[in-house]
Amino acid sequence: MATAVALIPLVYLVLRTGQGGLGAWLETVATERTARLATTSLLLAVVVTAACLLIGVGAAWLVTRSNTPGRRALAVLMALPLAVPSYVAAFTWVSVADLWTTDPGTRFEGFVAASVVLTLYTYPYVYLPVAVALVRVDPAQEEVARSLGRGPLHTLLTVTLPQVRPAIAGGALLAVLYVLADFGAVSILRLDTFTRAVFTAFSAGFNRQGALTLATLLVLVTVLVLTVEGRTRRAGARFSGTHVTRPARAADLGVWRWAGSAALAAVLLAALGVPALSLVRWMTSGTSGADAVGRLWDAAAGSLTASLLGALLTMLLALPVGILAARHPGRLSRALERAAYLAHSLPGVVVGLSLVFFGVTVALPLYQTTWLLALGYATLFLPLGVGAVASAAAQAPPSLEEAASALGRSPAEVFRRVTLPLTLPGIGAGAALVFLTAMKELPATLLLRPTGMDTLATRLWSATAIGRYAEAAPYALVLVALAAVPTWLIVRRSGILPAAGEREPLRPVRIDETGATDLLEGVKA
Amino acid sequence: MTPITRLVGLAASTTLVLGLAACSVEEEAPAGTATEDAAVDETSDDTTETSDDAAGTGDASSPAPAAAEGDGTLVLYSGRNEELVQPVLDAFTDETGIAVEVRYGDTAAMAAQLLEEGDNSPAEVFLAQDAGALGAVAREGLLGELPAETLDLVPDTYESAQGDWVGLTGRSRVLVYNKEAVSEDELPETVAELTEPAWTGRVGIAPTNASFQSFVTALRVLEGDDAAAQWLDGLAANDPQVRERNGMIVADVDSGAIDAGLVNHYYLYELADEQGVPADDLNAALHFFPAGDAGALVNISGIGLVGEQADAEGQALVDYLLSEAGQTYFVEETHEYPMIEGVGTPAGLPALDELETPEIDLNDLDDLQRTIEMITEAGLL
Repeated sequence: MATAVALIPLVYLVLRTGQGGLGAWLETVATERTARLATTSLLLAVVVTAACLLIGVGAAWLVTRSNTPGRRALAVLMALPLAVPSYVAAFTWVSVADLWTTDPGTRFEGFVAASVVLTLYTYPYVYLPVAVALVRVDPAQEEVARSLGRGPLHTLLTVTLPQVRPAIAGGALLAVLYVLADFGAVSILRLDTFTRAVFTAFSAGFNRQGALTLATLLVLVTVLVLTVEGRTRRAGARFSGTHVTRPARAADLGVWRWAGSAALAAVLLAALGVPALSLVRWMTSGTSGADAVGRLWDAAAGSLTASLLGALLTMLLALPVGILAARHPGRLSRALERAAYLAHSLPGVVVGLSLVFFGVTVALPLYQTTWLLALGYATLFLPLGVGAVASAAAQAPPSLEEAASALGRSPAEVFRRVTLPLTLPGIGAGAALVFLTAMKELPATLLLRPTGMDTLATRLWSATAIGRYAEAAPYALVLVALAAVPTWLIVRRSGILPAAGEREPLRPVRIDETGATDLLEGVKA
Repeated sequence: MTPITRLVGLAASTTLVLGLAACSVEEEAPAGTATEDAAVDETSDDTTETSDDAAGTGDASSPAPAAAEGDGTLVLYSGRNEELVQPVLDAFTDETGIAVEVRYGDTAAMAAQLLEEGDNSPAEVFLAQDAGALGAVAREGLLGELPAETLDLVPDTYESAQGDWVGLTGRSRVLVYNKEAVSEDELPETVAELTEPAWTGRVGIAPTNASFQSFVTALRVLEGDDAAAQWLDGLAANDPQVRERNGMIVADVDSGAIDAGLVNHYYLYELADEQGVPADDLNAALHFFPAGDAGALVNISGIGLVGEQADAEGQALVDYLLSEAGQTYFVEETHEYPMIEGVGTPAGLPALDELETPEIDLNDLDDLQRTIEMITEAGLL
């Protein structure tokens, strides 16, 4: 049932492209351009994901396992680029790059530019789950490895990372799908990918059939990606037997610890500093800014209502799928979980249209209400919720549930009193992730929102479309600020940031030290 | 420290929830009243500013509006920007008492949405950025026929041959150029000159934009597919400066980043508005191609009635927008050319009948598909 929501776009695609028949489909698909698009899209996904793994895993290790200065603040800040919509990011990068290039030939666009921008705003999908997993991994194995004479790097590669492999693979999967579905960055940075071609087919020549045919190819690419990821997951399945919360000992990086801070700070400066600089310039140089003030509240309210409803609905649907996947691994539950990912790589405009179709033919009373918009968000972002629930459920020991049923509790009671509370942190993290992603969403929102309702994203779009950048800047700022709240909550709840008291054992504490210095140590750390 | 941060978090989330509760109450206020209030506010101060109330008019929680039966409400799908059309819609409401619920969106996506909705569309009127979108919706039989009185107001060139949409405003293709970088005697007579070495690396284009595509279609109609393909190849080989939107080209020309660009004429005025200066003070200026060159194509933004009309309110809106008041608004505020006679010309621009526009009927520009293929083959898309 829950997965059915994610399948609406697929049914729609089959129905619409099926009208033309297989021959027409092949004719559109089997072209040189399609091959070029596929190559570009896949190459971009691979490059960005590799870079995301480097930054994401590196940052996660630095903030959770090393004595990098400022790691407490960095742990939070490193997640923040997630709050910046890719179209805002790309747009601001272009306008900042234009400040320095006077030669028009060297414009900031194309493959490299798109890779840089997408990486900077996608790596948190890897960073967050890996950091969480690193915190929860039993450090005993690493300690054993070290005591048996393995070097720190060797230990990291052969012991630590394999243990968090499911988290790495899960994060990488989200990154790949995000890149495949992204339109904002590739359109502004002018890189011809599948998604851009789908949009171009709609806007250029109003070629709905062609656009949807290309979209079916994206689905096939996703199936391919999911299959590959599924294999690594099976090969990498490792679960710690015990569930310790004992923090790992921080690796002493010596003087290199400053290099660690500098590297993370550089990433942040690029990811957050560049948009900030641009937005400030827009605000100060334009004259349309005053118009934003009165509309800001309505737009923010619209964003919050729609995204919150979307997050609630998504989690409601994600809960059974996620728990089923974690508790009853089997062919069926795997298939259900995988199916949830299929719509995730589709461009928002395709998902939006599929829900227009669904609304008009099946659920007319819901059409153009906030409910259908929320359903649209659920369709798009179900995997974010399913992933969070599944990993939380996997980490909660099933023995507790077994004990409860052994003590005579009915399955419903076991679920309500044991399973649900145990997965609650995962549900919270998933909801926050869906919420902030929904806030950033634009194309489906434009198609599905109730007539007359505005969100920050639609306002931002409307203002930039006619060059009113001073008006656009406040919407962008508020959007990022609001999205930063759930981001911060995710970090907070994930346990990446142990409180001062809990952090003490990270460093060997000398017995003669006073409690006061310990406390200070914790705060500084 | 921990309890404090927790508290802050709790406080933050509580505010969030409270704020939400407050806003959802507000949103449930009847839409009609909000719109009327907005309209009243509107007329009292300057017309360029859209009131925030109008923006938030959304009755977010009400279901899809039923087809109006002389009920005083009209559902309009607008592919044109809110900033540009809301004031004239407010004036319409003021004049007629008919409230307009407007759905703003991207013209192309909105056309796709209308096609998807088919007969179930809540829309009564479709206001589009270009003739192509209206044509795409009309081809599926979704637009109703307009009365002869309406069609008679507008030149045949700027309306559907089947009578199911009319142009509201005209926009001319121009070459925008930087006054310091391009001297007057250097200005081209025809778009063909832009493929010559003198213009290498100097010309901005926005090939993903419908306005560029219509112009290329016009070039095909005027000079044939082979000549058009040759021109596209020549342009592609001349290191053109590709931008996503017309507005970006105008901004870059004004800043001196590029010397010239092929755009629609009114983008210059959007830039002047944002910078708060008269258009004459900008470094960018407009050049109209002479002698019926394809580069001087005049395209339209237009309007059509969606499906069966339950009442005359949709037609009332069309009538108003084509009245002297409606047309004057577009001339004065959006700097576009009027479609009816006797309204005048946007300040600082040559009159429409002085423009040496090519002999083209917009109905002949419906083969966008082949145009897209050609632009793609030239490597510009």
